[in-house]
Amino acid sequence: MALTPVALPRVLCLGISDMAEKNFTQAMQPQKSRIIVHGALLRRLSPVVTIMAMLLVWHGITEWQLVSRILIPPPAEVLDSLVKALADGTLAKHTGTTLGEMIFGLLFGVSIGLAIGYAIAKAPLLEYILSPIIVAFQSTPIVAYAPLLIIIFGTGPSSKIVTTAVIVFFPSLVNTIVGIRGVSPRLRDLMRSLNAGRWQIFRKLELPSALPVILAGLKTSATLAVIGAVVGEFVGSGSGLGVLVITARSQYDTPLVYVTVLTMTAIALSLYGLVALVEWRLLHWQRRTA
Amino acid sequence: MRLSLHEVEVSYRAPAGASLPALGPITFDIAEEEFVCLVGPSGCGKSTLIRVLAGLLPPTAGTAYCGGDLIDRPLPQIAIMFQDTNLMPWRTVLDNIALPLEIAGAPKSERQRRARDMLAQLNLDGFELAYPAELSGGMAQRVALGRVILQAPRIWLLDEPFGALDALTREKLSLELLRLRGRSRQTIVLVTHDISEAVLLADRVIVLSRRPGKLLADIAIDLPRPRSADMIYQPNFLRLAKQVRACIQDLDD
Repeated sequence: MALTPVALPRVLCLGISDMAEKNFTQAMQPQKSRIIVHGALLRRLSPVVTIMAMLLVWHGITEWQLVSRILIPPPAEVLDSLVKALADGTLAKHTGTTLGEMIFGLLFGVSIGLAIGYAIAKAPLLEYILSPIIVAFQSTPIVAYAPLLIIIFGTGPSSKIVTTAVIVFFPSLVNTIVGIRGVSPRLRDLMRSLNAGRWQIFRKLELPSALPVILAGLKTSATLAVIGAVVGEFVGSGSGLGVLVITARSQYDTPLVYVTVLTMTAIALSLYGLVALVEWRLLHWQRRTA
Repeated sequence: MRLSLHEVEVSYRAPAGASLPALGPITFDIAEEEFVCLVGPSGCGKSTLIRVLAGLLPPTAGTAYCGGDLIDRPLPQIAIMFQDTNLMPWRTVLDNIALPLEIAGAPKSERQRRARDMLAQLNLDGFELAYPAELSGGMAQRVALGRVILQAPRIWLLDEPFGALDALTREKLSLELLRLRGRSRQTIVLVTHDISEAVLLADRVIVLSRRPGKLLADIAIDLPRPRSADMIYQPNFLRLAKQVRACIQDLDD
């Protein structure tokens, strides 16, 4: 898997910044717009070219049998396997399980991260009290204690929701702390002089001010969520993409392994793209003033 | 409403645990509708004094009153404007100006109407939907001024409001401040480094000493109103400006 879930989202992200840039530059300097459009088009097409090239190399490797077909099946076989998995509903069923676990895990992990992060930002003493627990959780590999979570929460979806929540919690926590602490003290003075209440200060100052940092954390969380759910499924589960990978591998069905892994990539990308879209909508003031 | 400071003192706690006096003790009154400029060397506690009056900083000793109210928290009739424009970068000009009304819970239609009126008075029509970063320094400072006015206080505390602007914009905005004040005659306390700005605007110039700032001179400016930019060449103006300068220069010797 050469295109990691980290590398591909950048492609998405660049596509978005290109659009903003194009609108801006076209408005500012119409006489140069042709060159800029070419540049933008080139940049937009480059990731596609990379993907095509990879497919070609992949095809070449299998065509000339450089590596055993069991290790690297031809693209066509993977495609066949995808069609089959789609037709018989296997892929949809397992994707549904994983996606559900991820979404609930994200909801729990991110909201707890936001809440504790906000509390820590407001009461620095809490940081000292809670940091041993948080740091311990963060520095212990989730793979190591996932079996424990399975024992506690069972092999159903709830244990995967927990592993996902644990893994997405940290970026959400840290970014909330950084975001809320970064709120301008001058603007706090302003809100105080306006006799703003606690809720007004949160809603009209802290939240919008911290939002860019919080959303950046959410992007990281979105890509981590897949890892959380799949690790949980690896350890013990009845369904989900993690189970499908293990089953397919034990049956030497390498094409299905590829299909499953690529589906995980697609899910991570889509979630990341979704957050990027939300960011694009909510932070349009940053594009205007960049 | 009269502002009165009685033996006000502010000290900051130094890292070693010692206390670092920043202001006072200082005692003076500001009458209703009076325009007072505070001048003094940098670091003399002018901004500290403003923050005490704004209710943002409790004095270490002494009391500050606004009319009959002890200033121990921000009072609704007092508004403060800072040196940096202090606008919210994520809000449009219109929403920034309307913030005080929003916090006070005014309905949206009223907010919009009053904010638009204010923008027109500030010659900022057409910039309703612009973001602060898209404005020039002078325009952004006008928005901040509009926000202070819409807070509808009787008392404006202006902490070097035009300090970051070039001389011409600064002069223009100072006179605009007088125009906007107009007949409503708010009480204004304005901190400035600029002696001629102080003399041009104020009824009284208060000169503070070096840290910790104490009252060094209290000079009445008896120039007629309305004031205009060409007054700065009149002998009366120059005499007063020299008088203020002399007080500050004494400090340097």
